Amino acid sequence: MWTMEQHRFRGLGIRSQRAGGGQPMLFLHGAAGLPLWSPFFEALSKRYGLQVPEHPGFGASDAPAWIRSVPDMSMYYLDVLDQLDLHDVHLIGHSLGGWIAAELAVRNCSRLASLTLIAPAGTRVKGVPSGDNFIWDPEESIRNLFHDQRFADRILSHTETDEEADLALNSRFMTARLGWEPRWVDPALKNWLHRIQVPTLVLWGENDKLLPKSYASTWQDNIADSRAAFIPECGHLPQVEKPAVTASHILDFLEGK
Amino acid sequence: MRFVCFTLMPYRPLDMAERHKHRSAWVVLPNELYDPEKGANEYESYIDHLVSAEALGFDVVAVNEHHQTAYGLMPAPNLIASALIQRTKRVKIAVLGRALPLVNNPITIAEEFAMLDTLSRGRMIAGFVRGIGTEYHATGLNPVFSHDRFHDAHDLIVQAWTRPGPFEFESENYNFRYVNLWPRPYQRPHPPIWIPSQGSAETIDWAAHPTRKYPFLVTFSAHDLVARYLNAYRDRAHEYGYEASGDQLGWAVPIYVADTDARARAEAKAGIESLFNEFLNNPWQMLLPPGYTSLGSTKRMMKMRAALGTRPKHQSIDTLMESGTALIGSPKTVIEKIEKMREVTGFQNLVSMLQFGVLPDELAKRNIEMFASEVMPRLRG
Repeated sequence: MWTMEQHRFRGLGIRSQRAGGGQPMLFLHGAAGLPLWSPFFEALSKRYGLQVPEHPGFGASDAPAWIRSVPDMSMYYLDVLDQLDLHDVHLIGHSLGGWIAAELAVRNCSRLASLTLIAPAGTRVKGVPSGDNFIWDPEESIRNLFHDQRFADRILSHTETDEEADLALNSRFMTARLGWEPRWVDPALKNWLHRIQVPTLVLWGENDKLLPKSYASTWQDNIADSRAAFIPECGHLPQVEKPAVTASHILDFLEGK
Repeated sequence: MRFVCFTLMPYRPLDMAERHKHRSAWVVLPNELYDPEKGANEYESYIDHLVSAEALGFDVVAVNEHHQTAYGLMPAPNLIASALIQRTKRVKIAVLGRALPLVNNPITIAEEFAMLDTLSRGRMIAGFVRGIGTEYHATGLNPVFSHDRFHDAHDLIVQAWTRPGPFEFESENYNFRYVNLWPRPYQRPHPPIWIPSQGSAETIDWAAHPTRKYPFLVTFSAHDLVARYLNAYRDRAHEYGYEASGDQLGWAVPIYVADTDARARAEAKAGIESLFNEFLNNPWQMLLPPGYTSLGSTKRMMKMRAALGTRPKHQSIDTLMESGTALIGSPKTVIEKIEKMREVTGFQNLVSMLQFGVLPDELAKRNIEMFASEVMPRLRG
């Protein structure tokens, strides 16, 4: 069973989902905000003590003016790790959350056991532009996240309540704050990726229309102990579109298989 | 009443069938659709149009700034202002306005206005805007920081114009060790600052503040909304403890006059409908990128949009006339509508857009001449 908790980290009210026990695992979500609990999280929390916090500025979490960039956000999460006094953390980040995780890891790996980046933002391959989910219309933005359009259909058929729409707008504002310029990238980050000294897994959907899978090479080439795996027939959200495959990639990686 | 002759300089030869293949006439419209020879003709026509306004008795001629769009060919409006200075003697020249947050060094804006003000011997009016939402796609600038950058850039520019230099400027968004303008502006303390706006409460609050009292112009809105925003400025001034003068209130509106209402409607139709439906119309995510307006305003607008439906409706000339978004008719009809706005708001700055959309030179010329001879004198009194 998972629970929703309310924390105060460095003075900010933060929502967080938690399940399981044992070695700590922290999942940093992407631009869409706090994810719904899912089979993917269920699989991970059977083996680990999983926490899925909602980033400052997203959804119902507090929005501080002093977080202006992804590097700021990564420093915030270093404070969170200190406050919780966690050790040997398996850090997982998806998309924007992958970028945060990587910025955190280049600054300080001492509390980490491993790093898993699922379709991370933060680097680029020059000449291969990312998709522009700020200029796509709302329907395109959903459709372009998935290979299997049935996932998009399901989301599009859901009518948001006013409260859901307000929380989503908070997340969208914070996403723009962090990712608008330069779009989805910190040009300096790749120069520091060598500082990531924990085993690193890079996962990418073969059919990602937002962040092309060829970006995986930048991560692999610059992080010493890294490997990449690609998930067939899968868009930008492998943990939603292929939860079992994605979870087993991660569990195999963590268990040294 | 003070009369301002304003044009957007739209690219009229645009292939509209091609235009419809793209989501907007801004940012994503391929520039292969632009022909440099035709562009040169457009600039010549529009500059002639503005220059003619001086002899026709206008008080001000005005240009503005937009980027990467067929809607207006003025990414650098100060260049047009410079050309206008050379071809006019008396008329004031307004740039309505420069988009402050889009630049990384606002000192260049202070410098350019100081140069223009000097070249024109004090005929400049400096408009300050944030740029519409699409400009944040065009420049890549983060819309979330737009408001803060606007305020910091404004402070920097006004200080650059008024404080003895060199001085140091420090803010969240802009930091300069040396600010020291050569030349300084010709006018003392500095060129008048006008604030064109769509009417956000934040802008009204800020412009009406007693330390600023900046003239506030409402652009391209329905009559009732214009009246509401101008009166909101009056109310705000009242709360600040002073009476706003009519000189602080302006209305920017497309206008077309002809002998009869029917003739005006027939001649203006293609121009006005192209302005609103082909050139100006933008999808929501381009017009309102996240953070461009405050969270509260965006939430209110989203609820309105949910109620109205998501697809933008075609705006016919009749709708635009009924709502008072455009003034089209005989001189008598147009005078009545302007008088009505003046009665309700006391506004004194009429920013008339007498060329709009695909309206051709010949009609724009007839329009500006008739407006100057039949409408302006009746409203001066």
